[in-house]
Amino acid sequence: MSLSREAVTKVALLARLELTPEELDSITSQLGQIVDYVQQLSSVDTEGVEPMAHAMEQHNVFRADEVRPSLPREEALANAPRHNDEYYRVPAVLGD
Amino acid sequence: MQLTETSAVDLVEGLQAGRWTAVEVARSFLERISGKDPEIGAFLQVHADAALEQAERIDARRATGKSVGKLAGLPLSLKDVLCTRSQPTTCGSRMLENFQPPFDATSVAKLRDADAVFLGKVNMDEFAMGSSCENSAFQATRNPWNLECIPGGSSGGSAACVAAGMAPISIGSDTGGSVRQPAALCGVTGLKPTYGRISRYGLVAFASSLDQIGPVGTSVRDVALLLEVLAGHDPLDSTSIDAPVPPYSQTVEQPLKNLTLGIAKEHFESGLDGDVESAVREALRVYESLGATIKEVSLPHAPHAVGTYYIIACCECSSNLARYDGVHYGHRTDVSQMLAEGGNSNDDLTPLERMYCRSRAEGFGPEVKRRIMLGTYALSAGYYDAYYLQALKVRRLIRQDFDKAFEEVDLLVGPVMPTAAYKLGEKVEDPLSMYLSDLFTVSANLTGQPAISVPCGFTSGGLPIGLHLQAPPMEEERLLRGAWMFQNATDWHQRRPQ
Repeated sequence: MSLSREAVTKVALLARLELTPEELDSITSQLGQIVDYVQQLSSVDTEGVEPMAHAMEQHNVFRADEVRPSLPREEALANAPRHNDEYYRVPAVLGD
Repeated sequence: MQLTETSAVDLVEGLQAGRWTAVEVARSFLERISGKDPEIGAFLQVHADAALEQAERIDARRATGKSVGKLAGLPLSLKDVLCTRSQPTTCGSRMLENFQPPFDATSVAKLRDADAVFLGKVNMDEFAMGSSCENSAFQATRNPWNLECIPGGSSGGSAACVAAGMAPISIGSDTGGSVRQPAALCGVTGLKPTYGRISRYGLVAFASSLDQIGPVGTSVRDVALLLEVLAGHDPLDSTSIDAPVPPYSQTVEQPLKNLTLGIAKEHFESGLDGDVESAVREALRVYESLGATIKEVSLPHAPHAVGTYYIIACCECSSNLARYDGVHYGHRTDVSQMLAEGGNSNDDLTPLERMYCRSRAEGFGPEVKRRIMLGTYALSAGYYDAYYLQALKVRRLIRQDFDKAFEEVDLLVGPVMPTAAYKLGEKVEDPLSMYLSDLFTVSANLTGQPAISVPCGFTSGGLPIGLHLQAPPMEEERLLRGAWMFQNATDWHQRRPQ
């Protein structure tokens, strides 16, 4: 089963990646090979097997719900590509 | 003997005994870096002034009888995936080229508290994705044993800097073999502890259910000492294990009695290089001469480990790396230029969505994009059950194989890699073949069990070969003692490249 260019274009949109036509070609063929390889897993009988999401299965790790100091605003904004000292700035989301 | 050829344990002991000062030790390694790193390319940043200042302060405290930490004056390097407060932490990516974390990783804080001296940050495959260090956005790192060869990855900078005597210790991370594989290819010792043994707080996430920090050094004693400092529960990482930390450095030199070693027949099947197989079989004979019994075990799901690993790792990576959106930190595309260009193929996207797509396209390299794409595909509607859920089920079957094997044997032994280091550029265009070379290492990440790579010989071409030992979860003490028995009986780990 190989992947179509259209399917890969859709995945790129879901992944929020703008791919050049050349990248789309190479990723389509490489992803196709990798997907064909991992397809082998479908041959394993997993009837009744519980999925294992974590290596050391721990549940419900709680801590006290106490007010603690958090990252100061200027430090939180320090790495932002654009900010106005109070907020992160992004291109307009709603109409003009 | 030169300081740069002295083990971490001996350096610390000599510092305590006053045979040398922290400044002398730091200066020796910094000089070695200046002389050697131009041809190796292990370091992304060298913090020479800060290291010397830190060393001076430690010497001054020691001289006035004040208490100092357990590693006082021991220099080391950090893989650039570990957050260091107010210092660049790039993850080998353009995306984080200008990122300076507002906090230290817990492991970094522990090393600081122990008075280790930080020499600098070392190279890696971008976001720890790769097996050759060639996926770094900044530079190639070369294998100190043969400059035409890769050092392995993703902690290639860590293994190369230790092998070349530029640091006695380096802290790496291992998601599918990223500490053990480069350690094997560079002829040094690399440990991946049990999942959760070392806090992951401040380790930039790749695949959160698999990632684990681990030390690289020149001997098992050295990595045991570092594990003792790094291990322990951390309230900032809810997956860190809340259990006492054994005194690994004190027990490591106690040989294991009545040791039974398991070899998996699946590990000696097709594709194993002849020199690698001979070196591993010779290592088994060494263990037999030490009184160990070798027993064959079966890991029937081993052939599915790589497929299972790549699905889970890529799914987790596609989710983890969704945070790089060009808003909070990391690379953002030139938005005014993007708007001036007007429409493109994604016409129906808002400017904000286009900013995400383009920032990520510019910030990530080819391998990271491939893995995000594979993970997004495997998690997308209609494929989730067939890929991700199925992989999680096979993951449990793999774990059950190991649980069963460990009922019969104390440790599992085998090769780390099917071959020794290959030439730079050889596999860049063939990602699947690079993935397949991880077949022996990925299982320990899927199961969570600790594993170590120790040098066990050389190919006819003079490249190092690594021996892989694995223990049941939380049995680092057994693993380290078993690995030390081999190093105590051999001198492969003492060989240095010319």
